Amino acid sequence: MSDTGIGARVKRKEDHRFITGKGQYTDDINLKDQTYAYFVRSPYAHATIKSIKIPKWKPEDGVVGVFTGDHVAEDKIGGLICGWMIHSKDGSPMKAGPHPILAQGKVRYVGDHVAVVVAESKEQAKAAAARINVSYGELPHVVDAAKAAKSAAQIHDVAPNNTVFEWSLGDKTATDAAFSRAHHVTKLDIVNNRLIPNAMEPRAAIGSWDAGNDHYTLYTTSQNPHVARLVISAFHGLAPEHKLRVIAPDVGGGFGSKIFIYAEEVVCVWASKRIGGRPIKWTAERTESFLADAHGRDHVTHAELAMDAQGRILGLKCHTIAGMGAYLSTFASCVPTYLYATLLSGQYAIPAIYAEVDAVYTNTAPVDAYRGAGRPEATYVVERIVETAAREMKIDPAEFRRRNFVKSFPHQTPVIMTYDAGDYDASLEKALEIADYRGFAQRKAAAAKKGKLRGIGFANYIEACGIAPSAAVGSLGAGVGLWESAEVRVNPVGTVEILTGSHSHGQGHETTFAQLVSDRLGVDINTVSIVHGDTDKVQFGMGTYGSRSGAVGMTAIAKALDKVEAKAKKVAAHVMEAAEGDIEFKNGTFSVKGTDKKMAFGEVALAAYVAHKFPTSEIEPGLKESAFHDPTNFTFPAGCHICEVEIDRDTGVTEIVNWTAVDDFGTVINPMIVEGQVHGGITQGVGQALTEGCVYDPDSGQLITGSYMDYCMPRASDVPSFKLDFTETKCPSNPLGMKGCGEAGAIAAPAAVMNAVTDALGVRDLPMPASPHTVWKALHATKMAAE
Amino acid sequence: MSAISMKVNGKAVCGTVEPRTLLVEFLRENLGLTGTHVGCDTSQCGACVVHVNGKAIKSCTALAVACDGAEVTTVEGLAKNGKLHPMQEAFREHHGLQCGFCTPGMLMAAVDLVKRKGKKLDEATIRHELEGNICRCTGYHNIVKAIQAGAENM
Ligand code: FES
Ligand code: FES
Repeated sequence: MSDTGIGARVKRKEDHRFITGKGQYTDDINLKDQTYAYFVRSPYAHATIKSIKIPKWKPEDGVVGVFTGDHVAEDKIGGLICGWMIHSKDGSPMKAGPHPILAQGKVRYVGDHVAVVVAESKEQAKAAAARINVSYGELPHVVDAAKAAKSAAQIHDVAPNNTVFEWSLGDKTATDAAFSRAHHVTKLDIVNNRLIPNAMEPRAAIGSWDAGNDHYTLYTTSQNPHVARLVISAFHGLAPEHKLRVIAPDVGGGFGSKIFIYAEEVVCVWASKRIGGRPIKWTAERTESFLADAHGRDHVTHAELAMDAQGRILGLKCHTIAGMGAYLSTFASCVPTYLYATLLSGQYAIPAIYAEVDAVYTNTAPVDAYRGAGRPEATYVVERIVETAAREMKIDPAEFRRRNFVKSFPHQTPVIMTYDAGDYDASLEKALEIADYRGFAQRKAAAAKKGKLRGIGFANYIEACGIAPSAAVGSLGAGVGLWESAEVRVNPVGTVEILTGSHSHGQGHETTFAQLVSDRLGVDINTVSIVHGDTDKVQFGMGTYGSRSGAVGMTAIAKALDKVEAKAKKVAAHVMEAAEGDIEFKNGTFSVKGTDKKMAFGEVALAAYVAHKFPTSEIEPGLKESAFHDPTNFTFPAGCHICEVEIDRDTGVTEIVNWTAVDDFGTVINPMIVEGQVHGGITQGVGQALTEGCVYDPDSGQLITGSYMDYCMPRASDVPSFKLDFTETKCPSNPLGMKGCGEAGAIAAPAAVMNAVTDALGVRDLPMPASPHTVWKALHATKMAAE
Repeated sequence: MSAISMKVNGKAVCGTVEPRTLLVEFLRENLGLTGTHVGCDTSQCGACVVHVNGKAIKSCTALAVACDGAEVTTVEGLAKNGKLHPMQEAFREHHGLQCGFCTPGMLMAAVDLVKRKGKKLDEATIRHELEGNICRCTGYHNIVKAIQAGAENM
């Protein structure tokens, strides 16, 4: 391993600009003659719009334009779409209600976008928005997913009982049969609490129309600018793709919430033409992020697990109600279906599984993918019920898991997935050792002496990443293919530019992708730059989510690098007057087998461009290659996280005192960066388990947790330092052997924490977040029951 | 509108602002110093932390007029003569940042923390003192390590 190649802890190349305050986030960009947008949002959960009264503006108001749904209709701008078709059990297509970029006739959640004011300054836009008088007719509303189907609210005409689809996966008959043979059945009702993503950079957009060329440009906080361009062209019908450039510059975190195409960015770019081409800038206030970013999770599940007398799992069944919010967001429908129920086998050989998912509309912000997307929900169901089953059957929870692990690969689960490689015993054993599982009883006794309740919990998660073979997702309803593209441009002096369709918003691609190039071409990592996030520069790409940038994005780069090497060998052969088959390439040097003739990579690059020494009728001048890579399978990262907590009896405060994570991500390009991903993921999962929870008031439909005063983000003092280690089984479906690491922590953590908390308290279940108040109530309930 | 002047990162600057203009708006909009970020509207995230007269404050919660005549240091003023501040070095060395959005505020809060509590900082103190700075990416693990190391090198 070179000190900048695959596996090296290379310091990040992108850091210099961030630590010196020179990052370029969307809100840092200002265009000439720019105006500012402010959105008028619905204060009601569900209402008709009776009228919109716009005052007569004076010059000092600075108003440039006010636009509503009528203008959108006039310009025939299409609505926001959901790009994944799900069919119900009865074969009917999902019921997608219209989602105009500015409301037409009706609002469906608090924060719904009603009108936009464009003004000379931010302050003027906001002040003018407050003077627009919208008259509403209130309608019945529902915010609770579990109550949506039976509610008096009728949110979309196309969706009776507010039901989007009733979907199922697996074999019901086989599963029922497995349950009829069961020695023991464990039943659990589980709520996966709704979360608000909260990337630290609020969403922002600048849209502009160039009158001279009838061309649009959109700067936006996006994880996938090409998909944004495609959707804005093909579905909103704003402009054909060659007339629209989308740029996603530095983006301050995404976690899924910046995958989606949102109304605000489409409005900014559309309305710019309406005001004659002056750019329009919009930056969300944090309050708007709470109200109008796509939320995550929101599942209500009943699950049952059947075991034989030895604690071997015979079958799993579950019924889930998934809240989708008031509209179907870009990828909303695949999250509680193909990203969820397909992972219900966990790390276990379960012969029969049957899952039903009812997706419902509620009068809340749309719900879509959030770090892990469906897989945390699946892991939470599996790992909570497995833990509960082990306790009920009085089997050590580690032993219970061991007995049920998938042990040979490939393994076909009853829910679509074929696990290709893994070693679940290895990660469990390593984690048990690091966490000193044997010493737990002693630590528990010591804690009891201090008056603390100590508990331990496992999460043996699996996830499916690298999303995904295009034909496979197409057959499951996806509207897009999920390959990735890359272009390698070698400059005449031998420096290298990589153009990638992946997008980095914290993941460190400028470093890890350059490591791959340094490794493959033997060039100095500082001579490699990574270009991403601009549709005018990069040919096409599907963006970054689902931990796909390594397994899919880097594989595309690797393929293009292979082509570069092949062509460079041809050039080198001509220059050194040798047979192509005799050219060897190692550590950045081309040499002729059995001779001392050699050329450095940069010399060959120059030779390729000057094109003096080879027949250009056979070999084209230049050194630039591109590749598209379509994965042949999902990848299956898996691991074991062990959480140990101490609970204060008097205050109900839970302290995480130990965290061990042993993950198998296949090949790790940069352990420093991968560890960082795990740290961040765990902390988001700890947030879900202990502090975060989105609450809408059932009576008013208002978002109660609409600021950092009420929505409790995990702080530095809420988490410990983590103990991390890895095991490695190579992923067989990509040449680099990578599996992906971005979501693992957030997938594993909630179950690990809640298994530990319930262990400490001696209760079966507890709702998340297990806040001090919730824990204190549980403590007193058991105490009272005992008395 | 009021005319104000201050010293920002060692340079004398002036401008006219409305009475309601926040210090962060003055820095970002008037002076183009976009290293200082805005992450919330309730004074909690700490993305906006700068030093005013040697003390860390949240620049989203200070009026520009109230800082008339003050000496202000932002993240852009941490490095001196092309040499990174030890805290900046430590954040890079220990991978204390991912998306970088919270980083300017973290750096400014960290430098202030060392000034107040000294160079030997234990983990518990650092975690407690970071109450006013939210990071969504790093899980704090490496930020804590970076601050500990940066403090020793200051
Ligand atoms: S911007 Fe969040 S505290 Fe200042
Ligand atoms: S590095 Fe992204 S918020 Fe801290």
